[in-house]
Amino acid sequence: MVDQLWTHLILPVLYILAIAVPLILAVAMFVYWERKVIGWMHVRMGPNKVGPLGMLQAFADVVKLLIKEVILPTNSSKFLYYLAPMLALVPAFAAWAVVPFGEKMVLANVNAGVLYLLAMTSMGVYGIILAGWASNSRYALLGAMRAAAQVISYELAMGMSIVCVLVLTGSLNLTDIVHAQAGNKGFLDWYWLPLLPVFVIYFISGVAETNRAPFDVSEGESEIVAGFHVEYSGSAFAIFFLAEYANMILVSFLAAIFFMGGWLSPLQGWITADAPRWINWIWTGGFIWLFIKAFAFSFLFLWFRASFPRYRYDQIMRLGWKVFIPITIVWVFVAGLMKYYGLVTIGTGA
Amino acid sequence: MSRITHYFKSLLLVELFQGMGLTIRYMFKPKYTVRYPMEHIPKSNRFRGLHALRRYANGEERCIACKLCEAVCPALAITIDSAPRESDGQRRTTRYDIDLFKCIYCGFCEESCPVDSIVETHVHEYHFEHRGENVVNKLQLLAIGDRFEQDIAAARAQDAAFR
Repeated sequence: MVDQLWTHLILPVLYILAIAVPLILAVAMFVYWERKVIGWMHVRMGPNKVGPLGMLQAFADVVKLLIKEVILPTNSSKFLYYLAPMLALVPAFAAWAVVPFGEKMVLANVNAGVLYLLAMTSMGVYGIILAGWASNSRYALLGAMRAAAQVISYELAMGMSIVCVLVLTGSLNLTDIVHAQAGNKGFLDWYWLPLLPVFVIYFISGVAETNRAPFDVSEGESEIVAGFHVEYSGSAFAIFFLAEYANMILVSFLAAIFFMGGWLSPLQGWITADAPRWINWIWTGGFIWLFIKAFAFSFLFLWFRASFPRYRYDQIMRLGWKVFIPITIVWVFVAGLMKYYGLVTIGTGA
Repeated sequence: MSRITHYFKSLLLVELFQGMGLTIRYMFKPKYTVRYPMEHIPKSNRFRGLHALRRYANGEERCIACKLCEAVCPALAITIDSAPRESDGQRRTTRYDIDLFKCIYCGFCEESCPVDSIVETHVHEYHFEHRGENVVNKLQLLAIGDRFEQDIAAARAQDAAFR
């Protein structure tokens, strides 16, 4: 009995906490880092008062949001209004179950991992639509409609670019996808090289998918105030915020896993020296490499936000449907040819 | 031809990369921010802040109740009553009020004063906590003058050649 309780309840919960708690902390620090980086790019300093270098700013903000009142708008649909933040948050966290952080460091090593990921990332839009509809506000409804159309359009481009990865790998398992990028040509073995256009499209679609600048028309401060979460305050707003940033970090990790070799080292195969473990991860690979890559990708999100003005809505749709989807479909064909003629070396794993 | 180059430029994201290059260069530039309560930008010696009434070195107040400042004040912020002083019969103010809410800090009172009595100091960080405190009276103005006399004198000395 105690054994069963341990293996079926306590251990899984511990595993989930081992991912969820660091993720929440990462989101908090990511918010701080975003404000800092955007500040620097605006030739400002960013938050620098709360704690050393302002590092506790995000935690102060969280506390502020949690002790605030959650206001329920008149004539809003109460049940859906409270349900929507959960619907946004749950998929953003559930998707992490299949993300492999390192060799065998994965919560659920399922064979249909990519399908599960696509399903989970698509679920997030329900939270947004319901939030916009349940708020009984025109701004929120407009934001929700924009977000829905945008996420669905870019889901296609994103899905097709992942299909390219699947064509080369021949597996839906994320660990297998990383293993397939192993080899002895260093970082040239990774998929970003044969799938370069698709890699770029994947990341841009990821930015659009998470409704971040320059595709943040669903929030569009200057047009529709804050879009779908305009009526939310306090902890409900904090949950939307958490979901958005968790999704950004997720897209960064997935870009690293699909195209940048996951936890593999960029020096793989070039250095084969023996060294103690605390130093040889540099060339044998380890979860630190995945974190470094994901950090670089998440930095791109902030860099984009500080650099680019917001797209017009029809331009977003044009980009998604008339540029990205045709290119990815063509590249699925190209990837098939590359695989068929053996132009890409597919590693079998460590 | 230009359409083709434009097509390739947009497809290769050339201009977007240029923009990102610009922002990353700005990221490492020194910041313009002045951390205000800890850091201050330098102030001109002609800065016009909170008012003060000055005294001579022997402690005698300068003001002779000529009321030129009251007359010149465009905002009607100054109110002066005068009477012969009881001790020696000299003409002095019995009341010298400045309403800081009316004052526009134009500096005319300072310009008009024949004895350099009413001056505007460098103090610009002050506040009121109760209704009515915006009207400062003669005693308060003299106290401000006593407290900042050195700064006031130094600023006047610097500017003396241009007056």
